[in-house]
Amino acid sequence: MFGNFDYDVIRRSLPYLFREGMTFTVTLTLLAMSGGIVLGTLLARVASAYVNLMRSVPLLLVIFWFYFLVPYIGGYVFHQLYRMNPDGIGAVLVDAFGFAVRDGTPIKVGAFGSSVITFTIFEAAYYCEIMRAGIQSISRGQVYAGYALGLNYWQTMGHIVLPQAFRNMLPVLLTQTIILFQDTSLVYVLSITDFLGAASKIAQRDGRLVEMYLFAALVYFVICFCGSYLVKRLQQKIAVIR
Amino acid sequence: MRPPRRILGSTPRSAPLNYNWNWKIFWDLSPTGDGTYLHTLLVGLVWTLATALCAWVIALLLGSVLGVLRTTPSKLAVKLGNAYVEFFRNIPLLVQMFLWYFVLPELVPTSIGDWIKQMPPPWGSFVPAVLCLGTFTAARVAEQVRAGIQSLSRGQGMAGTALGLTLPQTYRYVLLPMAFRIILPPLTSEFMNIIKNSSVALTIGLVELTAAARAMQEYSFQVFEAFTAATIIYLLVNVVVVFGMRFLERRVAVPGFIGHAVQAGGH
Repeated sequence: MFGNFDYDVIRRSLPYLFREGMTFTVTLTLLAMSGGIVLGTLLARVASAYVNLMRSVPLLLVIFWFYFLVPYIGGYVFHQLYRMNPDGIGAVLVDAFGFAVRDGTPIKVGAFGSSVITFTIFEAAYYCEIMRAGIQSISRGQVYAGYALGLNYWQTMGHIVLPQAFRNMLPVLLTQTIILFQDTSLVYVLSITDFLGAASKIAQRDGRLVEMYLFAALVYFVICFCGSYLVKRLQQKIAVIR
Repeated sequence: MRPPRRILGSTPRSAPLNYNWNWKIFWDLSPTGDGTYLHTLLVGLVWTLATALCAWVIALLLGSVLGVLRTTPSKLAVKLGNAYVEFFRNIPLLVQMFLWYFVLPELVPTSIGDWIKQMPPPWGSFVPAVLCLGTFTAARVAEQVRAGIQSLSRGQGMAGTALGLTLPQTYRYVLLPMAFRIILPPLTSEFMNIIKNSSVALTIGLVELTAAARAMQEYSFQVFEAFTAATIIYLLVNVVVVFGMRFLERRVAVPGFIGHAVQAGGH
């Protein structure tokens, strides 16, 4: 069944797959991870409705939502900014996003921008849950001790609770990042050239679906398998320290 | 009754977001000729539920077997179970979908491959989608079942064998009835995941709920109405599942035990 397996198509497309595709996948993963952790930490104290909403609709639907919504919201927000100060920030925005800003029409965001925003906002809901569990794993006594020392709320959070919570949650955060890495493949539906998108384009162009998809699966498997192995090792290490 | 195409942005000002809302669109007929847009969405919902339920049967059966294998004394069985879980967890669902849909028919003998490729439209993508979601979720169910069995005290298994039960009997009458009760809450979230993940089947051409919303958006140009409706339907399905499972949990509860989730992310 592998008789006419064409290894050469994989070899030929390696530079494209990794330089274009994997770079995009990794960039998107890292941006969405950092954005998601920051936003998630902020949200960990507030919005359970937001978390529940994000967790009960499919990621694909969220991707479509933002792909269409971001240009409208961006256009609206930037238009308001433009009207406040047409010569200063308004001019900068017109330079960056075109006359749509002046007219208040939807701006062009591009697939990359909209997918970064989507994944940041979507993953924030998951990171938020992880952070909440992490914060709750720190005993209340430590918070009281912080207050007793005269620290205010933000100082207590920043110097006492969050450093420990991050350490407790590090393995889960990293596991979630591996899942995020896999999920970024869904930007395929916006015809973006991420790793899978690149593999898929070559597969369609050369009629080599079997080779390219198997190869893509192999690469994802190796990366995620090694990733989760490292997380497991890290977990054991941290467990010893605590 | 296809509404005339509006060029977005050239429309008269209507606040906010400069978008023409038209919530009556759901009662317009869709150009595909099989009813209103609302009907399109509901048919999509039926396919979502059908895919999710069929896949759930596979996931639950296969996942339970694998989960049990991973707790047996046999080293080989444990390795097999672990290998399965690692394999299906470390490849993105979308890639797995493509493997089932594009790659599998090429790797099996030609006659079977041709038979798969010639399946009539909804089934040609429905069957691979169900198999893909089922085997994918089985890995996650296996993880929960294993955790559930391991959360029982070792004494329970030993007591079973001490009573003269064989290993299968111990699992059937002692371990599994407790383990399944314990893992009901995490299984609920796996079931909701399978409903959400069924949307990935749109990439291989299954017109489930998300794809139906997308189709409605393409024909009617009412993007946000279509997506709002789909979102609300997903939320309603979630609510129904949560309440159903809560009812089930109360019905089968054994006093003194509560469910606990395995630490795992989701998407």
